[in-house]
Amino acid sequence: MNTSSMNTSALMKTGTPMNTFAWLLKREFWEHRGGFLRAPAITALIFLALTLMALITVELTTHRLSFDFNNLHIQQLTEQIANNDLAKVNTAIDVGLLSLGTPIGVVLFFVVFFYLIGALYDDRRDRSVLFWKSLPLSDTSTVLSKVVAAALIAPAFAVAAIIALHLGFLILLSLYALLHGVNPLPLLWSPLHLLGLWLKLIALIPVNALWALPCIGWLLLCSSFARSKPFLWAVAMPVIAGIMVGWVNLMSQLSLPSTWFWRHIVGRGLLSVIPGSWMNPDTFKSLDVFASLLSLDSIKALLTSADLWIGAAAGIAMIAAAIYFRRKRTEAYA
Amino acid sequence: MSAVVQAKGLSKRYGTTVALDNVNLDIQPGRIVGLVGPNGAGKTTALKAILGLTEFDGELSVLGLDPRTHRYELMQQVCFIADVAILPRWIRVSEAVDFVAGVHPRFSREKCQALLARTKLKPTQRVREMSKGMIVQLHLALVMAIDAKLLVLDEPTLGLDILYRKEFYQNLLNDYFDEQKTIIITTHQIEEVEHILTDLLFIRDGRIVLDATMDQVAERFAEVMVNPDQADAARALKPLYERQIFGKSIFLFDGIDRARLAELGELHKPSVADLFVATMKGTYA
Repeated sequence: MNTSSMNTSALMKTGTPMNTFAWLLKREFWEHRGGFLRAPAITALIFLALTLMALITVELTTHRLSFDFNNLHIQQLTEQIANNDLAKVNTAIDVGLLSLGTPIGVVLFFVVFFYLIGALYDDRRDRSVLFWKSLPLSDTSTVLSKVVAAALIAPAFAVAAIIALHLGFLILLSLYALLHGVNPLPLLWSPLHLLGLWLKLIALIPVNALWALPCIGWLLLCSSFARSKPFLWAVAMPVIAGIMVGWVNLMSQLSLPSTWFWRHIVGRGLLSVIPGSWMNPDTFKSLDVFASLLSLDSIKALLTSADLWIGAAAGIAMIAAAIYFRRKRTEAYA
Repeated sequence: MSAVVQAKGLSKRYGTTVALDNVNLDIQPGRIVGLVGPNGAGKTTALKAILGLTEFDGELSVLGLDPRTHRYELMQQVCFIADVAILPRWIRVSEAVDFVAGVHPRFSREKCQALLARTKLKPTQRVREMSKGMIVQLHLALVMAIDAKLLVLDEPTLGLDILYRKEFYQNLLNDYFDEQKTIIITTHQIEEVEHILTDLLFIRDGRIVLDATMDQVAERFAEVMVNPDQADAARALKPLYERQIFGKSIFLFDGIDRARLAELGELHKPSVADLFVATMKGTYA
């Protein structure tokens, strides 16, 4: 047996609620190592490999065309930039690094979405739910462990992968710059700035989690409630409801526009686990705005919006319903 | 000591089907109870009610607790193996041991390791890489390492070969069972458990049709092999069941005086399987 788990079990007394919850989280990680850990890590590695390939291609092409880098006066260029507009350069690097993390964000969305749909269904389908129910685990802590795994643990691994990708990417670029006699330090490596960016990514994990609560609640509810095909329940119900609302609108000219329903009920219920989906897409047009979206002001604005808290309350209610069905249902049709 | 399981008027309906019909039970500690019945008789429903996995009508107390409202507390004292091959397929042997050790206050890691050392299971092996028999070995090692008051086994050896079945019951009896513990078993392979049972419960159409200790069973029931000339005299004593073998008739009697039966022919102790067939005849008709 591995020693670390023995140590932790020695530290905390077996059977206490906190200790049991820690084991439930560990259980989720064991089962979903592939999605939580391997998927973002592999995505990061693929992007580093692509970067390396791109750099090699550039290097070979410039060699073939006997292109002389020294003519570009990069050193001079960087110095000029450094003097004039370091803030702008930093913003550009921010945007560059953040968009580099986007694929990992997309992977995280798919991992979490399908994790939640299967979380309270798969063990009923293969009947292993009876094994879990034969242990002193309350249904509440079981369901909550899945909420925490989806809301905090999976995103934490994704953020770790993004930070590793940033580091790898910057190292590759620096090596390339050094190869051409350019000092990368002043341009790419401003430690305080990078640290600030990463801290922000980490701080965004709980913000994203709050925003995603209605989606987490809805998917867990379907996972807990459905006797078969939880995916169909989860997706078809809100979409059909949206179509019905649109149709009723068309008939009666209600004051509530159906776009509202699509955005706040269907969109939030199904897609708010997309990291950063609370950001307003209308403002993505310029670089400055993109960077300011991640500013503390925009996060503060979100945290004081009714949207966030109404959704969170709905999410908590659906999680409670998921716990209720977890208690009642032990069967599923394959 | 008070009863481990006590039921009064336990009933359960699925739509119009009656799964349990006013069942009364009283299971004392230190017993090994065989809950036997044909398919669909209500065995699994009864066990599920005891384990708090289903709603029911009537009164039921397990170790003094209501399983509907105190499932969490109950599971500290009760273990069950619901069926073979229900361990999660992704889990490794070491993870399963770590997890149960982490969450179960009455689990002994040392005992579990000792039990696992007798098998071919490797710590890194996943359940999905195991045969049915190996999964049961793992499950049994986990469960036997828990010092529980009540162990519920629902068809624990279904689909296993005879070597694993023998080993299963041998381990259970030698290394697990004592006067403090109670075991409830349902199985269709009655011949294999009848020598370890202390009590017998027959269930048919949701009702308990026989509730007796094995000693009482041995006293009450007798089988007589009768020559054809005596057959009518035997039938006059209202046997439960009659079958023919080598031109002779074998009658099964309930509560008839031994001396009277000995006059008719050779006396035998009936097997539980024969008793079962006699009691359940016409179930599927």
